[in-house]
Amino acid sequence: MGDARFEPKIIGFLCNWCAYAGADLAGTSRIQYPPNLRVIRVMCSGRVDPSFILKAFAEGADGVFVGGCHPGQCHYVAGNESAERRIKTLYRLLEDLGIEKERLLLKWISAAEGQLFAETIREFTEKIKKLGPSPLKVALEEVKP
Amino acid sequence: MAGKKKSKEEPRIGVYICDCGVNIAGIVNNPELTRYASKLKGVVLAKEYKFMCAEPGQRMIKDDIKEHNLTRVVVAACSPNMHEETFRNACKEGGLNPYLFEIANIREHCSWVHMREKARATEKAKDLVRMAVAKARLLEPQDKIRVKVKDRALVIGGGIAGIQAALDLADQGFKVILVERSPSIGGKMAQIDKTFPTMDCSSCILTPKMVQVERHPNIELLTYAEVKEVDGYIGNFKVKIEKRPRYVTPDCTACDLCTQACPIEVPSEFNLGLGARKAIYVPFPQAVPLIYTIDDESCIGCGMCKNVCEPEAIDYDMETEIIERDVGTIIVATGYKIFDAERKEEYGYGRLSNVVNALEFERLSSASGPTGGKVVRPSDGKTPLRLGFVQCVGSRDEKVGNLYCSRVCCMYAIKNARIYKEKHPEADVYIFYMDIRAFGKGYEEFYKTAQEEYGIHFIRGRPSEVLENEDKNIIVKVEDTLLGQALEIELDLLVLSVGMEPPRGAEEIQNLLRISRGSDGFYLEAHPKLRAVDTLTEGVYLAGTCQGPKDIPDSVTQGSAAASKAAIPMSKGEVEIEPLTAVVDRGECIGCRICERVCMFNAISIVDRKAHLNEALCTGCGVCAAACPTSAIQIRHFKDTQIFAMIEAALKED
Repeated sequence: MGDARFEPKIIGFLCNWCAYAGADLAGTSRIQYPPNLRVIRVMCSGRVDPSFILKAFAEGADGVFVGGCHPGQCHYVAGNESAERRIKTLYRLLEDLGIEKERLLLKWISAAEGQLFAETIREFTEKIKKLGPSPLKVALEEVKP
Repeated sequence: MAGKKKSKEEPRIGVYICDCGVNIAGIVNNPELTRYASKLKGVVLAKEYKFMCAEPGQRMIKDDIKEHNLTRVVVAACSPNMHEETFRNACKEGGLNPYLFEIANIREHCSWVHMREKARATEKAKDLVRMAVAKARLLEPQDKIRVKVKDRALVIGGGIAGIQAALDLADQGFKVILVERSPSIGGKMAQIDKTFPTMDCSSCILTPKMVQVERHPNIELLTYAEVKEVDGYIGNFKVKIEKRPRYVTPDCTACDLCTQACPIEVPSEFNLGLGARKAIYVPFPQAVPLIYTIDDESCIGCGMCKNVCEPEAIDYDMETEIIERDVGTIIVATGYKIFDAERKEEYGYGRLSNVVNALEFERLSSASGPTGGKVVRPSDGKTPLRLGFVQCVGSRDEKVGNLYCSRVCCMYAIKNARIYKEKHPEADVYIFYMDIRAFGKGYEEFYKTAQEEYGIHFIRGRPSEVLENEDKNIIVKVEDTLLGQALEIELDLLVLSVGMEPPRGAEEIQNLLRISRGSDGFYLEAHPKLRAVDTLTEGVYLAGTCQGPKDIPDSVTQGSAAASKAAIPMSKGEVEIEPLTAVVDRGECIGCRICERVCMFNAISIVDRKAHLNEALCTGCGVCAAACPTSAIQIRHFKDTQIFAMIEAALKED
């Protein structure tokens, strides 16, 4: 898209036990990734209400990342499965709103996968950069007085 | 809306920016961040300090709470997994409810991962602080929940680490249930010939401990049994154990008449198939419990054993038993499995008859082994006089996906080489190695003696190929990297020093207990340095090689460590747990029952057409809150409003 200098803002909802700990491990291992992510810690990916994701897009996020435990390894039995079901449903809604579904990413990352966390954020940031600013954000900017 | 009539006073927030030496301040412009924080809505003071977690940093928080009437505290520092508890305590000691505190993680999630982008790291840190302040404004006080802890522990795995943990706990007066999957406790240590560097006979130092376990009045030993279900939380785990039928009752006197009568022979697992056992058997003579077992896969039901059994201990109708126990804590000591050497095709294991793995060598070398301690070549039963050991088989090897060092192979190979030289001084013994890692107490000395006094040939190089000639002798092709020389060495027997891998069933236990595994597949401790036997699941601890390769002394030490960790909540009798449960606003609840359906812990029921929460069962996962169509269910400390405030703050300046 037009502006090569576009730096997307990405909101990340990370579960405390796996993805957040994986992000911590990326830190302690000093694995570098682009500084576009803003993390909100939740206890379980199953806590992520679809309204959180919609709110993030409505506030101007260019991408939303949800990170949880691998299937079968959820600290709360199967909260991650709830997250997956909701997000799958949400993809359709996003498309209706004109938001490309690539802007919402759900991924399982364990506490041991610091490398995977960093790679995921690197790739996701690149993808969002290519997509350009969120169309919802652009539309909202236009109607601003 | 009851309970919402709190004072509408604007919160008074103190923000503390930690330099963490240069860890944060070397990347993030902390003076700028501090100035920025001081201007945020609700912030009455912002300070920067070298090490917030140190005593002066904590004191600063305590003093400021009193002096400046702070009603909220935000610390921008390391991960909450590191110091959330530290700062919550500081708040508490300063007279502020510990839940009126929030961390902005500007180290693990910022300075350490954006080391080459200082300006952008600073911008991100500002966002993270702004988000934390936004949440802090809306925080509410919480009180910890106290739960009783049952003074009974479950130990999973009866190897040396599990034995040590069980004995230590039982000696302290706690009841212990020790569950072992195989028919006897003892684990891998029972299969080993001698231990390095002291050359004790392994079973001679192990079996007295096994007997102690059996006789201990506080230990309930369940062998041939597996843990199948675990429910609950620290203090109150409900465990279901499946005990398989041995078809022999404890009336068995171990007279051995049955095995003599049994017509069926199968390879002995204990001897790794090098010897045979009967369909009714004890794995080894010192087994605990010393009760025979009929292996129902090979038994043909001929009744010969029953005919000769004098105490009438054989019961073909025995069935699988489900045993339920309530325990306060759980220790995982499930051990390891040896690396399957067939995966290193170039070494010929499984293909060439005179290539064995190290555990097979232990059995051949052991006086109680299938050959009575006489090491022989599998191909012709001859005594090998040219013997080689290949190191790092399945360890430090990217090709098989094991990057780690298994920590015991150098020492056990040197030990076995020395034992062999003692028995056969005329033999030529080679060790092919990458590096010799002799790091334990007395290990380096042991290695040096092997080199200088035993005349063992140490060749630095990883064999590239292993072949067999017409005499079934083994030809090892290796480059001696110290001399830069390609060698071809003919041997009678080659031993592969196989490393350790997580055992079969590691994933089942992981899922049952909700614990994590590292990229190496071993269970992950809560902190690599400071919480080495804890897991992230409260009340669950790790001991021995299930946490990573280690030798016997380290496994024993960790068994004791896990036992004393597990003893802490059990001797206190109660623990405080996070009060971060769900809460129902009955006024908003429409009684739709969605929460009841999605709750995985049966914590929600419908009472008077409204959702009713059982706090003792609620884990605070938040699946109900995310599903509630009217937002009537909220999670304490993770309320919708608090998360919305963070989202807004992340994307907009004040």
